Amino acid sequence: MGEPLLSRLIADGPPSLWEWIARNWDTGRVGSIKDLLGDHLVMSLVPIVAGLVLALPLGLASARWRWLYQPTAGVFNVVYALPSLPVFMLLISVTGLSKTTVIIPLTFYAIAVLLPAVVDGLGSVPDHVRQSAVAMGFTPLRRLVQVELPIAVPVVLAGLRVVAVSSISLVSVGALIGQGGLGMLFTRAYQNPFLPPVIVGIVLIVALALVADGLLVLAQRLLTPWVRARRAS
Amino acid sequence: MITFDAVTKRYADGTVAVDNLSLEAPTGEITVFVGPSGCGKTTSLRMINRMIDATEGRILLDGDPVQDIDPPKLRRGIGYVIQQAGLFPHKKIVDNVATVPLLLGWDRGKARSRAMELLERVGLDPAMGERYPFQLSGGQQQRVGVARALAADPPVLLMDEPFSAVDPIVRTSLQDELLRLQAELNKTIVFVTHDIDEAIKLGDRVAVLRVGGRLAQLADPKTLLSEPADDFVREFLGHDRGIRRLQFVGTEGLRLRTDLTVPAGFSGGSPEPWVLAVSDDGRPVGWLRGDGGGEPEPYGTFRPGRDSMRSALDAALLSPSGCAVAVGEDGKVAGVATREALDEALAEAADG
Ligand SMILES: Nc1ncnc2c1ncn2[C@@H]1O[C@H](COP(=O)(O)OP(=O)(O)O)[C@@H](O)[C@H]1O
Ligand SMILES: [Mg+2]
Repeated sequence: MGEPLLSRLIADGPPSLWEWIARNWDTGRVGSIKDLLGDHLVMSLVPIVAGLVLALPLGLASARWRWLYQPTAGVFNVVYALPSLPVFMLLISVTGLSKTTVIIPLTFYAIAVLLPAVVDGLGSVPDHVRQSAVAMGFTPLRRLVQVELPIAVPVVLAGLRVVAVSSISLVSVGALIGQGGLGMLFTRAYQNPFLPPVIVGIVLIVALALVADGLLVLAQRLLTPWVRARRAS
Repeated sequence: MITFDAVTKRYADGTVAVDNLSLEAPTGEITVFVGPSGCGKTTSLRMINRMIDATEGRILLDGDPVQDIDPPKLRRGIGYVIQQAGLFPHKKIVDNVATVPLLLGWDRGKARSRAMELLERVGLDPAMGERYPFQLSGGQQQRVGVARALAADPPVLLMDEPFSAVDPIVRTSLQDELLRLQAELNKTIVFVTHDIDEAIKLGDRVAVLRVGGRLAQLADPKTLLSEPADDFVREFLGHDRGIRRLQFVGTEGLRLRTDLTVPAGFSGGSPEPWVLAVSDDGRPVGWLRGDGGGEPEPYGTFRPGRDSMRSALDAALLSPSGCAVAVGEDGKVAGVATREALDEALAEAADG
C-alpha cells in the first residue's frame, strides 16, 4: 500500500497541493492516485451494470407475478438497511479483502433501488396503451420489447441516476477493509492529518459522479426524445 | 360477416357479462352495440378478437370459429379503436399508424408511406406524422387511432366508444368522417357506444343490450325508433323518439309552393301573411309581411330529397312564417314548404 510513500512525503515537510498531486498521480506503484481512481471506477461501475442486468429480469418477473414483488423487494431492502461493516465482515470470510467484497453489497444496493424502478416503469405503461398493443396483434415478447420497456425507460433511468451517484460515493466505505478506491485517500488523512489527499479524493469522487450523471442524462435524451418533447411543450 | 352463436361470458368472479348472445354483423355494414354502462358491450367486442375468450358458444368470422385462429394472427386482421386512442406515446404518429403493417412484415418504407396516405385519408395533415401523440388534440389522436386501425386494410373494424371522450362538435365531425370513410371502404364494423343518438346516426343495424348481457332488440335505426320491442328499449331511446324518427323520413314527397316568393324590393300588396324575399340571383333574403311592413325576418332552409323531415321541420321552426325554405344544391330557392304541406307529410309519416 501507499503508506510508506505518504509518511515519507510528510517527513519531507508539507508540500503544496499541486506538488502533492504531481508526485502521487502516477508512481507506478499500488496506491497512486491514478491507481485508486481505476479501482474506484471498477468498484462503482460493476455494481451499476450488474445491478441493472439483475434488476431487469427480477423487475419483469415481479411485474408479471405481483406476489413475487414484495418478498423480492424486501430481501434487497433488508440488505440495504444492514450497516456496511458487518456486511463486509460476513463477506470477508468468503471473498477476502478483495474488490468483490465491496462490489457485492453495492450490487445489492443497486438492485434495491432499480427493482422498484423497473416495476414502477412497467406500471407507468397506461392500460389503454397495453390493451391496444394486444389488440393490434403484438406477441407478448414483442409487446414487452417494443412497447412496455421503451415506455418504462424514463423511470428506470431516473433510478439508474440515483444508483450511479450513490455507488460512486459509497465505494469509499470500502476503505474500512482497505478497498475504498479514492476513499483510501481519506483514511490516510485520518491517520496523518494532511489536507491534499482529502481534497483530491473529494474532488475526484464528485467529478466522477457528475460525469456519470451527465452521461445518463445524455442517454436519456437520446433514448427518449418523446419525454423531452413533452417537457418542452 | 361476424356471427355470435349463443355466446356467453362468465367472468372468474361469477359475473355474467354476456348472456346467450346470438346475432350477426353483416359484411360491409356498421353494427352498433348500444346499452347502459356494464351491459357487456366491451366484453362482446373483445370476444371477437379474442382479447377475451367466450365461456360458451362460438363466434364465427366469415364462418370460421375465431377460437381456431392464433390470437396475434387474428388480431392483425382486425382493426381496433378505443376511447383513449391507445396511441404509443414513445412513437411518432407515422410509426404509430405503421404499427400493424410492420407487425405483418412490410418493409419500413412501404409501411411509412402507407401511414402517410392514411393520415391524409382521415383528414390529418401528413406533416403531423413527425409529431408525438401528446402533441395532438384529443380529436386528432382519435383520427390517428382510426388511421392506425385501417393501416393494414383489415376487412373488420372494432370500435369501443371511440368518440366518447371528445367534445360534441369534434364528435359530430368524427362521426361524419367515419360515415364518409365507410362509404368508400365498406368495412364490416362493430361499433360500441352508450349513446343512443350516436347508435342511430351510425348504425346500419343497432343491437340494444340490457344489463346482464342480454340482447333486448336488434333492428335498423328506423324500426328501432318506430317499434321498440319493450319498455326497456323504449325508455333507453328517450322521450323525443318521435322527433328523432323524422330523421329517417325523406322530404322527396314534400309539396312545395313556388308562388310565395317575391323580389327583394317588394313593398306590399300580397294577400298572404308572409312572403319570401329572394335576391336577383335566386337566394333567400328573408320573410316579409304580406303588407310590406318591417324588415326581412329570419328563415331556415333544407335540401329536398337530401335532408330529412327533421331538418325541414327544424327549418320551419326557425322562421316566423312557420314555413321551410327549400333550396337546391346551388343555394337557390326551389320553393316553400308551408305548414300545411309539412302537416300532410307528418301525417303520412305517422301512418307509415
Ligand atoms: N375482468 C373482469 N372480471 C370480472 N367482471 C368483469 C370484468 N370485466 C368486466 N366485468 C363485468 O362485466 C360486466 C360487463 O362489462 P363490460 O363488458 O365492460 O360492459 P360495458 O362495456 O357495456 O360497460 C360489468 O358488470 C363488469 O363489471
Ligand atoms: Mg365498455
